[in-house]
Formats: sequence, structure tokens, C-alpha cells
Amino acid sequence: MGVLVSKDSRVLVQGITGRDGSFHTKLMKEYGTNIVAGVTPGKGGEMFEGIPVFNTVVEAVDETGADVSVIFVPARFASSAIFEAVDARIKLIVAITEGIPVKDMVSIMRFAEDKGSRVIGPNCPGIITPGECKVGILPASIFKKGRVGVVSRSGTLTYEIVSHITAAGFGQSTALGIGGDPVIGTRFVDLLELFRDDQQTEAVVLIGEIGGSDEEDAARYIKETNYPLPVFSFIAGRTAPKGKRMGHAGAIISGSSGTAQSKIESLKEIGVKVAKIPSEIGRFLKEEFDAG
Amino acid sequence: MKIHEYQAKKIFEKVGISIPKEGVATSPEQAMGVARDIGLPVVIKAQVHVGGRGKVGGVKLARTEEEVKEFASMILGMDIKGLTVRIILIGQAIDIERELYLGVITDRGSNRPVIMVSTEGGVDIEGVAKKTPEKIHRFTVDPAYGLLPHQAMNLAFSLSSEVKETRKIATTLQKLYQAYIVADASLAEINPFVLSRDGNFYAIDAKVVLDDNALFRHPDYEKMRDFTHTEKIEQEAKERGLSYISMDGNIGCVVNGAGLAMTTMDVIKHFGGEPANFLDVGGSSDPQKVRHALQFLLIDEGVKSIWFNIFGGITRCDDIALGLVSAVDELGIDLPLVVRLIGTNEKKGKKILAESGLDIHTVETMEEGAKTAIRLSEGRK
Repeated sequence: MGVLVSKDSRVLVQGITGRDGSFHTKLMKEYGTNIVAGVTPGKGGEMFEGIPVFNTVVEAVDETGADVSVIFVPARFASSAIFEAVDARIKLIVAITEGIPVKDMVSIMRFAEDKGSRVIGPNCPGIITPGECKVGILPASIFKKGRVGVVSRSGTLTYEIVSHITAAGFGQSTALGIGGDPVIGTRFVDLLELFRDDQQTEAVVLIGEIGGSDEEDAARYIKETNYPLPVFSFIAGRTAPKGKRMGHAGAIISGSSGTAQSKIESLKEIGVKVAKIPSEIGRFLKEEFDAG
Repeated sequence: MKIHEYQAKKIFEKVGISIPKEGVATSPEQAMGVARDIGLPVVIKAQVHVGGRGKVGGVKLARTEEEVKEFASMILGMDIKGLTVRIILIGQAIDIERELYLGVITDRGSNRPVIMVSTEGGVDIEGVAKKTPEKIHRFTVDPAYGLLPHQAMNLAFSLSSEVKETRKIATTLQKLYQAYIVADASLAEINPFVLSRDGNFYAIDAKVVLDDNALFRHPDYEKMRDFTHTEKIEQEAKERGLSYISMDGNIGCVVNGAGLAMTTMDVIKHFGGEPANFLDVGGSSDPQKVRHALQFLLIDEGVKSIWFNIFGGITRCDDIALGLVSAVDELGIDLPLVVRLIGTNEKKGKKILAESGLDIHTVETMEEGAKTAIRLSEGRK
């Protein structure tokens, strides 16, 4: 169970022979992810770690039935790689690459809408359904199978908070980063919906940061749908200065919009507990589950 | 990347948007030459990367050559919100009948370009959006088709009922959208878009923000960069694979990952300290990067203690430890060092630190790290 990826996922790695692609393919495989194919144009016919490499995504899909693709292609070529995956009707595309032009992402999302693909990222650490499947670069050792769904706009901050969740005695149904860019394929609201419909997930941890209004949208969604699961949150960037991009392209307070305060208030207003420091998330979960 | 008004207008001019006659100058003499070519009166405007320059005297109307000289000398060198004016724009003064607002932005909520227009031009559009949102008309563009002529016309009719005017406004909107696309902009706006008393439209002021991720496609934009001192340091850090932003506090932080780096600052503040910077060493595991990171921290003389907060994933703790030990040695760092290493190769990393003989305060959690770094920063001059 969990959402988006499972032991049944048939994973394709685009950019499998590159520096990051090859390194993480080994780690994903070690974790037990069912990697069925790789794509690197010009290296079709070769094998990598026992995985067949193809020139094109269409070929890879035809030959192996891949239904999830993870993108390790460098920024200049990554948008073309995502377009190719969408065109080959890959259902779920996880874009790890950082630095993809925003205009390209706008077009990609329009194309993906038409073809029915879901894009996660770009500029994200990927997805893990502990015990079943890992797609991306998350460090496997901190995760444990369990009942908490974790969704985040960040990478290492996710690891920090997951380690507190695990240390508090709770596992994760699925944990993922949705990316630090201004235009991303999948948002908090989409994940709230998926987690709601997942039988394994009993609580959601939402890790936000400054910039945009995704957290505010999530708060509205939780209220309007009378969301059935408890949601806990942490928002990074309370001390971030205005008008500066804080590492992530999307983490910027522009004018008066996108502040941590606005996000924290929106969530608190509807009864979501917002942690002041990461370790509080573990405490919130204990209070929720150990009391009841 | 922010660019100046005159640079944004060059981009607009290329797609056929009408701009008043204008030129730039960096000295009063040059300004007089430009004014002579254009013909008096002229408007002199400071070129700085902040809004609100008009309110602080950064925009002046000059009717005579003496005034051109006087105002040019006054504005050049002026300080506007901490930025020094080095370039001025001298433009033909337009007799204004009406001021409109036209803009295109990438909307994060819908993942689409959104066109915004308003009859309330010439003022801060965020203020209009707050006070009188009904005065802003929006249209979400389907990026597969772009802004279609009738869609531009519909928007134009919300600004004017004169068809002669709406045709011109609609054509400009389409050109503005084209400029936004061609330039890989995240924002393109004309504010104000002016109807003059003689019945012509002009883009009097222009703002374009370029997408940093797309700059590789526009090598010619590189020469439009005009960095402040702070931005220069940030750019140098970027070239070394680091995200660095200087803050006012005294606790220097070195962190891997942007979200964790922001949180590190927040946690320091939560326990009563002040972070000296935001610094993300990124996901790679190059010991060199640690040295570069420390070099940037040391530029800031206000730093009284340094906190390494590393959650190893792709980043390996032993690489960070190796980089740290050699950098402390090479750079002769004399500040208290607090180190938290968790995750990939944590044990190896801690062993390297323990065996280095350096006076390092090793901590296990963020709370402990923040408290220790704060305590050690106190009482140091």
C-alpha cells in the first residue's frame, strides 16, 4: 500500500549511465526497487547492473512495460527527457534534476495534463514507500514502514523530520519531496487526496516552506473537505529575508506573499498543529496516537 | 535575474512595443547630450533594482538644459534603499492622458502564464490588488496556444470602450506575452502603459524578471547583470556550488540542503540567537566545498561561532569531516566550532573529527547544536 509507488512499480531510469543516475540506480536496486530499464541515447543495447539500456523511452516501455520513470538527466536536456516520458505514456514521472527552466515546466505540465501523466518535482529527492520501493535519492536507512504519510517541498529537511518520526516509534506509508521549484507537477493538495484514499495512511505530515501559496491551498482543502486524517506541519523560513531566493528557486517571499507567518496562520486557523522546531513533529504524533 | 528598466525596454522594443525616445547616461554631461538628441522636456530616472524610486526623488522632470544637469548630478550617486544609482535613463516626457497596467506573470497556483490588466496604472499593483482587487482583470493563458487575439481583445475591453484604443492595447498585450516567452521571463510588465494626449500609447516604465534556470539559453543576457556588492558575493558562492545569503547575526551556519538550512536559521532564532547567514553546501560530497563555505563565512567579521548541521544522504559525513579538518588548518580558524553529523558514514565522520585533535563541539541534535552555538558565541568580541 502507500501511494504512488509500490512493489508493483516497474521503474525506468532516464540518464542511467550518468554520474548521479548510475550511483542512485545501484542504491535503488539494493533497496529492492524493481528497475526494469534505463535510457541513455546512444547506449541502447548495453546493460547496466543487469538492467537493459535503451536509446528511447518508447522502446523501453514497449520492451519492459515500465510505468514509472525517474529523471537524472542534466538540466539542459531534462525537459526534453520529461516530454519524452510523457509522450510514451509513462504514468508517473519523478524529476530529480535541479535547474529546469520554468517555461519548460509550464509546457510540460500542459502536455502531461493532455496525456494523463503525473509529474513529481522537478528539483526533488523522490518518493519512498518503505519496504516496497524507492524512486530517487532519499537515504533508505532512516525510513520505516508505517502509518504516517510525509510530503515535503524539501530534501534534507524531510530526512530530519522523518528521523524524528521514526525515532518517536512511527513508520511511514509513503514519504516524498514534491520539489523546490516555483512550477511543480504535484502539490500538497494532490497528496492530501491520495493519502486520504490510502488505507495504510493514518496521519499526514506536511513540510512546507516560504514562497507560493501551496500551504494556504492545503489549509483550504483540509477545511473544505473536512479532511478525515490528522495533519501535522512544519514550515521552514520564518527568519528568511524578503526578496531573496533561499536555495530553492521557489523559496522566495515576493512582496508580502509567501511568508512563513501566513502559511503557519492559515494552517493553525483550521486546527493543524504546526511545529516550531522539527523534533516537535514526533511529539505531536505521540500525543495523537498514544493518547487514543 | 533582475534587470534594469532600460534593459527591459530593449527587450520590449524588439517585439515592437512602442517606447518613448530615450537613452542612458552615467554622467551629467552625457545626460545633457542625450537630452539634446531627444528634445526637452525630458524625464530623468534612476536605474536601480528596487521599486519606489519616485517617492525618494529618483525620478525628475527636466524642462531646461540646466535642470537636466542639476537633476542628473543629483540622482547619480543617490542612495535608494541601500543601492547606489550609477545609471540614469533620460526619456522623452509624454503628456499623459491615462495610465494603464499590463503584465504577464508565471502563476504558481495554476502552473500557467497569467495576464493581468488594470485601469489603475502608474501605481504599485500589489497595493491595487489588496485595496481594490476588482480593478484588476486576469486571464490564464493556455501555454499550448498562447494569448489569442480575441482573448487579448476581451482584456482590452475591460480597460477601454473605444475600439481604436482596444485594438492597440490588445496588440501590445500579445507583444508583451511574446516578449515574456522569448526572454524566458517569470515576470514582464508595463506600468504605466500610457495613452498620451495626442492619442498614442507608450510603455513608460518596464519591468522584466528573467528565469535564472533559463539563462543558459541566453548568453547575451549575461552582460545585463548589474550586481550590488552583496549580490556579487552571492554569485561567487553560486559559482562554487553554494547557496549563500548573508544575514545580520553572529552564528555562521554550514548546512546541506536548502530546507534544512532555512530551518537551521529558524531554530537558532527560536532559541534566542541570530544567524549570520544562510548557507547550503548542496547535495554533493566534495571536501573542497567545505573549505569554500568557510571562506565565505569568514568574510563576515560578525561571525562569533560556526555551526555545521549536516544530515548525510548523498552528502557523506566523512567527506564533510575531511573537508572541515583540512580547512580549519589551512584557513587558521580561531572560532568555536559546533558540529552535528548525522546519516551516511556518520561514524567515519565522527572518528575523523575525534582524531583530528581539533577543539570541536560535537552535538547530536539540532536543538543541542543551536544552544551550543549560541552559548559559544556569547561573550566573544
